[in-house]
Amino acid sequence: MYLLLEKIGSGTLEFLETSGRMGMFLMRALTSMFQMPFKVNPVVRQVHFIGARSAFVILFTGLFTGMVLGLQGYYTLRKFGSEGFLGSAVALSLIRELGPVLTALMVIGRAGSAICAEVGIMRNSEQIDALECMAVDPFRFLIAPKLLAGIIAMPLLTAIFDVIGILGGYLVGTGLFGINPGAYFQGMYTSVVWADVEMGLVKSLVFGLLMVWIAACKGFYLHMERSGGFGAEGVSRTTTDAVVLSSVSVLVWDYLISALLL
Amino acid sequence: MMSNQDDHNPPVVIELAGVEKSFGRQKVLRGVNLQVREGRTLVIVGASGQGKSVIIKHMLGLVRPDQGEVKVFGRDINRLNRKQKDEVRENFGVLFQNAALFDSLNVYDNVALPLRERTRLNEDEVREGVMAKLGLMGLQEAINKFPAQLSGGMRKRVGLARALMLQPKIVFFDEPTTGLDAHKSNELYRLFYRTQQQLGYTAVIVSHDVPKIFKLADEVALLAEGQIQGCMSPEDFQLSEQPTIRAFVEETMGHLYSSDREENGLYAQV
Repeated sequence: MYLLLEKIGSGTLEFLETSGRMGMFLMRALTSMFQMPFKVNPVVRQVHFIGARSAFVILFTGLFTGMVLGLQGYYTLRKFGSEGFLGSAVALSLIRELGPVLTALMVIGRAGSAICAEVGIMRNSEQIDALECMAVDPFRFLIAPKLLAGIIAMPLLTAIFDVIGILGGYLVGTGLFGINPGAYFQGMYTSVVWADVEMGLVKSLVFGLLMVWIAACKGFYLHMERSGGFGAEGVSRTTTDAVVLSSVSVLVWDYLISALLL
Repeated sequence: MMSNQDDHNPPVVIELAGVEKSFGRQKVLRGVNLQVREGRTLVIVGASGQGKSVIIKHMLGLVRPDQGEVKVFGRDINRLNRKQKDEVRENFGVLFQNAALFDSLNVYDNVALPLRERTRLNEDEVREGVMAKLGLMGLQEAINKFPAQLSGGMRKRVGLARALMLQPKIVFFDEPTTGLDAHKSNELYRLFYRTQQQLGYTAVIVSHDVPKIFKLADEVALLAEGQIQGCMSPEDFQLSEQPTIRAFVEETMGHLYSSDREENGLYAQV
């Protein structure tokens, strides 16, 4: 009984400690984004890393997601004799849900893990201490460009995912099932409204922020992890934690944003 | 470096008073009292794992003590806000144990970083400053290399160049010669001596390279059992009657004083 209480207590304390730390981290990272002098180069480099270098993965997953949506959508819609709605079904599910979520999950796997490991190794090898000792704010120098790049790159990647996905659905619909190409796009044109695009945009912005926030924060406070954040094992465990936590948060926030904006 | 006859007691620039620190359940520092005087070289020695580096981290304000205070230029560094802390740190240069170079930047950019981030010099002036420092360290050939491509000794020299970039008043060295062979560590000591002559900085060195490091020291402090057991000139240190210091000296330099018979015995065992 005593042990159980002890565990609950220490778990709660750890949870509060981590949440507080993460909240403070986000505040400092956000405020440091607006500190002068603003340097463009690091942000461009990070957009290249998070965005441009994820583009191929996103093209690939987007295409196949769209194709499978076309396939599944067609079989379902045919039951109701409404194959003509394939265009709108594919477009709506991509723009509102699948585009932002799948893009975020893919980018977390590719860039989120890398950000966490990079920052974690910098912490481990005293590079972050070195910055602080040089009176260079690590938040402004290291974290802010990544955060800004995440917020810029995620919506762009999502847009690519959506467009390629819609084309994938088009290929399957018209090529495999002989749906009228005009009907595919017309259906999409009439059913997708600005609010749908807006929802996708809001989601991708939030996901971009979430990914960099969680990944960078986990790496930055590697040395404070209770499970021990030292050495290669510490970095690998923390990176796994960061990927799992940010993926789960993306799904939770996806639900919350959908519920709020619907 | 020898201090001048007329300033035997230069002002204290860093003072640790009753500093205690635990990590988890392990108590590392149990009331450390230590003073660093301007222009002097203080060497902190002690067995591995005693918390020598932790002392330096306290001086840098990277670690907060559980008890006691750390005063740098008379100000308690843990009571300063971020901006004031940065003002204090502008006087610091640090050579970390593994040099802590930024591995995404090449040698030139690593050394240029303090100038680019903390001054308003234009790129030409930055280049001039960086090349001068790299020249002093004999690193002109390596400017385009990345830290991963450098040997341990070169990395330390780049780290030293970066630490000295902004003419610091106090330079900290965390195990400067660990992992270097005798030749490379002599070279680093020579660079240290030469740069200190030129720039006149105060130095705090954590090292277990005994007795070589004594040649550079004005004062030697022994950390054992979480406390400073004594802080004195290297000559006094080696002759000290204080039991812990004597035990340390005998343990690390014993073979210098041991008789031939003991020495033979030692080699016979090996």
